[in-house]
Amino acid sequence: MSLKRIAGVVLRQFYLLRSSPTRILPLFAWVVFDIVLWGFISRYLQSVMPPGFNFATTLLGAVLMWDFFGRVMQGVTVAFLEDVWSRNFLNFFATPLTIGEYVGGLVIVGIGTSLVGLLAMLTVAALGFGFTVLGYGLMLIPFLLILFLCGIALGIFASAVVLRLGPASEWFVWPIPAVLSPFVGVFYPLSTLPEWMQLLAYLLPPSYVFEGMRAVLGVGEFAGSTLLIGAGLALLYTVLAGVFFARVYRHAVRTGLIARYSAESLS
Amino acid sequence: MTTDRAQPGGAPAVLSVRSLCKRYGDKVAVDDISFEVHPNEIVGLLGPNGAGKTTTINMLLGVLEPTSGEIRIEGVDLAQARSRALARTNFAAVYAPLPGNLTVYQNLKVFGLIYSVPRLAERIEELLERFDLRRFRDVRCGVLSSGEQTRVALAKAMLNRPHLLLLDEPTASLDPATAREIRATIREFAASGSGAVLWTSHNMHEVEEVCGRVLFLARGRILLQGDPRTLPAEHGLASLEDLFVTVAREPLSLEG
Repeated sequence: MSLKRIAGVVLRQFYLLRSSPTRILPLFAWVVFDIVLWGFISRYLQSVMPPGFNFATTLLGAVLMWDFFGRVMQGVTVAFLEDVWSRNFLNFFATPLTIGEYVGGLVIVGIGTSLVGLLAMLTVAALGFGFTVLGYGLMLIPFLLILFLCGIALGIFASAVVLRLGPASEWFVWPIPAVLSPFVGVFYPLSTLPEWMQLLAYLLPPSYVFEGMRAVLGVGEFAGSTLLIGAGLALLYTVLAGVFFARVYRHAVRTGLIARYSAESLS
Repeated sequence: MTTDRAQPGGAPAVLSVRSLCKRYGDKVAVDDISFEVHPNEIVGLLGPNGAGKTTTINMLLGVLEPTSGEIRIEGVDLAQARSRALARTNFAAVYAPLPGNLTVYQNLKVFGLIYSVPRLAERIEELLERFDLRRFRDVRCGVLSSGEQTRVALAKAMLNRPHLLLLDEPTASLDPATAREIRATIREFAASGSGAVLWTSHNMHEVEEVCGRVLFLARGRILLQGDPRTLPAEHGLASLEDLFVTVAREPLSLEG
């Protein structure tokens, strides 16, 4: 594993971001709009509901965490799509760069860009709506880490799908968080879901985070062992996503897809 | 099929290809080719469209897995130690322009890191000078003319002082004056140090001028090889272009 080569992948994305407001704006603009929207919804609900329940912490916290998860995933995927859009595969993969280094570079970019979004959301939520993450206590750290890992896993998986199916499959990537959101119980307990959806929910690491968040705010505690299952699943999915990407890449090298990527399918 | 395993002077081959095949289902794109490229050699890989030149180049670059056969770059097996083998290689191809949304300098910096080029800043300045790119240093590659983009691609190809340089129609989009300069640069590269070049082109005059040896590919097989200046006469033809046309239209007449 060469740090220089990983730095090359990261530097390319840094150059692109630095010189392009159209790339910088989406890092925080849409998630900030989401926070503003849900901030006002929380404020309204707080005013019409009996006192005793903090909507700002519950709803805004959920939206913030969910948007953060989406930003991590998109951070990895967009970094990959930059190479699709500029037809850069041949240039990159005909070098000593390994798949591990390439994916490692994408993950670093995903982490960096999602932190920008997280910081912007926290600032607007705190200044505009009095939201504080301190309500979650130390549990905030495992919550964020699980979402981080899961977002990275999904970002790598989505990139592998685009690599396998061709540039036009990019549209599969964008709705993935929206497809997952009903299952993971961002705004409601998993017990609200029918049984078959609950079964799927327990396979998704973010479900444990959102259940945990509600538990921490409601009764003040949440079983760490339950959270460990979420962390274990997130770790497992990250490894599986990496293996999946490597397999798709090997298939692309075997069939010639890397060299003629714009042809979309050569097998 | 003719192969060349001997090297005048006995220097080890920079590139050694043995029994290389690539099949897509029933279709054979490259059919059991073997050849070597030695230090200071410029070898032309010629043939009509669809002969298997780009497929061969892609396999040498590690972006296409051979169905069978072996590729060694300075003795390093590409299949076993891809990263180590490709660290000694570089390429420029008319169909692989550098990302147009980065400037010339940024592209060279990014690829310099990926090739782990020592004293990178110094090397970039040297290449900007050599390829007359200094005035385009901070210009995005996408807005350069095709000739200027080719020069940037060649500068990238020289970044790591490759021992094996693969050039797929490097002068296809250049005006005659620029093409001549590029040919001189490539010749200079091959003559100095221990670099070797594998060059594909459809310009037979250029091939005669630059290449010390040519390999003619047809239907995925090496049909002929030899000195481009004497090969046509050996087959009773007046020019390399005539030989090319014969290879393209009547390859069977040259087999055996």
